[in-house]
Amino acid sequence: MADTVHPAEKTENGPNGPNTAVWRSRAVVRRSTRAWRVRGSAAVVAVLMLSVLLVPPFAQLDQQAVDLAAKLRPPSWTHPFGTDDVGRDLLLRCVYGLRVSLLVGVVAAVVSTVIGTAVGALAGALGGWTDRLVMRLVDVFASVPHLLLGIFIVAMFRPGVWPVVVSVALTHWLSTARIVRAEVLSLRSRPYVDAAISGGASRRRVAVRHLLPGVLPQAGLAAVLMVPHAIWHESALSFLGLGLPTHQASLGTLVQSARGSLLAGDWWPTLFPGLCAVTATLAVAGLAGAWRERLNPRRRSELML
Amino acid sequence: MARLAGRRALFAVPVLGAVTFGVFAIAAASPFDPVKAYAGTAGLSASQETLDQLRANLGTDRPLVTRWWDWLTSAVRGDLGVSSALRQPVADVIGERVGWSVLLASAAFLVAVLLGGLLGVLAARRPGGWTDRAVTSLAYTLEAAPPFWLGLLVMWLFALRLGVLPAGGLTDTGSTVVTAGEVARHLVLPAGVLALSQLPWFVLYVRQGVGDALQEDPVRGARARGLAERTVLTGHALRSGMLPVLTLIGSRVPELITGALLVETVFSWPGIAAATVESATAADFPLLAALTVLATFAVLLGNLLADLLYGLADPRVGFDG
Repeated sequence: MADTVHPAEKTENGPNGPNTAVWRSRAVVRRSTRAWRVRGSAAVVAVLMLSVLLVPPFAQLDQQAVDLAAKLRPPSWTHPFGTDDVGRDLLLRCVYGLRVSLLVGVVAAVVSTVIGTAVGALAGALGGWTDRLVMRLVDVFASVPHLLLGIFIVAMFRPGVWPVVVSVALTHWLSTARIVRAEVLSLRSRPYVDAAISGGASRRRVAVRHLLPGVLPQAGLAAVLMVPHAIWHESALSFLGLGLPTHQASLGTLVQSARGSLLAGDWWPTLFPGLCAVTATLAVAGLAGAWRERLNPRRRSELML
Repeated sequence: MARLAGRRALFAVPVLGAVTFGVFAIAAASPFDPVKAYAGTAGLSASQETLDQLRANLGTDRPLVTRWWDWLTSAVRGDLGVSSALRQPVADVIGERVGWSVLLASAAFLVAVLLGGLLGVLAARRPGGWTDRAVTSLAYTLEAAPPFWLGLLVMWLFALRLGVLPAGGLTDTGSTVVTAGEVARHLVLPAGVLALSQLPWFVLYVRQGVGDALQEDPVRGARARGLAERTVLTGHALRSGMLPVLTLIGSRVPELITGALLVETVFSWPGIAAATVESATAADFPLLAALTVLATFAVLLGNLLADLLYGLADPRVGFDG
């Protein structure tokens, strides 16, 4: 039995091409690099989370401490990221900036996911005219570039944290709404939903017991995928001078306020905040990608930012 | 084809109407007061009667729908109001600047398409190989990097450190005439950064498309007939792999506008996007509203282009679909 090859296996020519042995070893390499990528992303996210959660409350350090004698020092052992134009330590500023950026990013991602899930579920579950109307609305929203609509909202409601959160959330619920609607439509035609309805379950019960649990994993994934995107948007708004007030410095604000030093030739106040944003984005996206692969194994693994 | 274009145009009318109404509704719901914005610092000391008079003159005491309809009808006739931030009719602001924005965006787009296509094909030739991994890592990193940050770093390197290219603006300081050579030199950095910010999408999609095409039967057949690898790649794989990507170009307009907003600000490029930021900082409603509508119009035009190109590239897709 052991040496008879199943016909299906025999004709199967490897997933990618004729030279199965080479491709299989490549696949193994790819799988192991993928595992390392996930572990690396998890480690980076853990370090970043610990530093933004533990440093501000426990370290007796003041991020606003001005030391004009030590202004614009390049990176060194005492100041690993250097100091800015009034002598504040940039590593500490980056930790606080990342804290603000992550907070705004997470809140905006959660709000946009809640909006998207509600709209998508409503459209999918009710169908008919509601569905058509809601999807037209999604089309209208999709026709305005995100950042421009975000700028418009922030410009009208400035200044503060909430306008930024609202502007990012209001421009990013579209994809979640589409995903959730499709999921609800596919769930609605499943036999167990029919069984529940013919068993006399109320509309509410079908929605809460049978549709919602199926939708939640997709919505959760959409929320995690949205976090890096929300951080990106927040930092763009802050960079344009429309985002957070300067005493709540985010990574974007840090890059914005470093422009003067950059024009004088000092690169570190610009480089490090951006590097923090890139690192955080790639790590969160790496974790989200791994999660998505577990949810939809058939879809090819692509990082989505 | 004309029918599709016509139907798209008909679809654009309600969308533009809804977007403009949304813009007015947001402004009406916000604490933003157009009268105070109009009066500026003089509004702080003005009496209540003066403010009320001004309110009546500007027509801001009328209901939302009336204001929106008035704006819409005069906009159709070409009167978009006056920008308070730039002290100029909105139509003039757009007319002066739109050309520079289009120049920047199209130059960047061209570079992104060519470079992205090249890198994507290189990566697709050996999936999982070193080139592929290097190219995809680069693409993900570029996707994660904020364009304004990239722009600042590039400006530091090329304009300040190496001193080979100008740091910003359209012409050298002190020059009074705009010459093509100067503009070209000033265009290199902003267009390059904008192209870099658009690059990841092209690289990843071309890689996917060409990679998939390389696994398909026509390619296998061509290889079995003993055709040279070059012929297989350019004649078979590129054709079926690149076309779907190229047709999607039109749908990239929103991202292009987003990128241009940031890049124009970094490099002080005198385009539409820079005016948007100025008008937003000053809460200049007439200009912001007009620019939002203009951007929406560009996005709809891009969608139409994508549909038309897709139909041309793939005859199986009917235009009535």
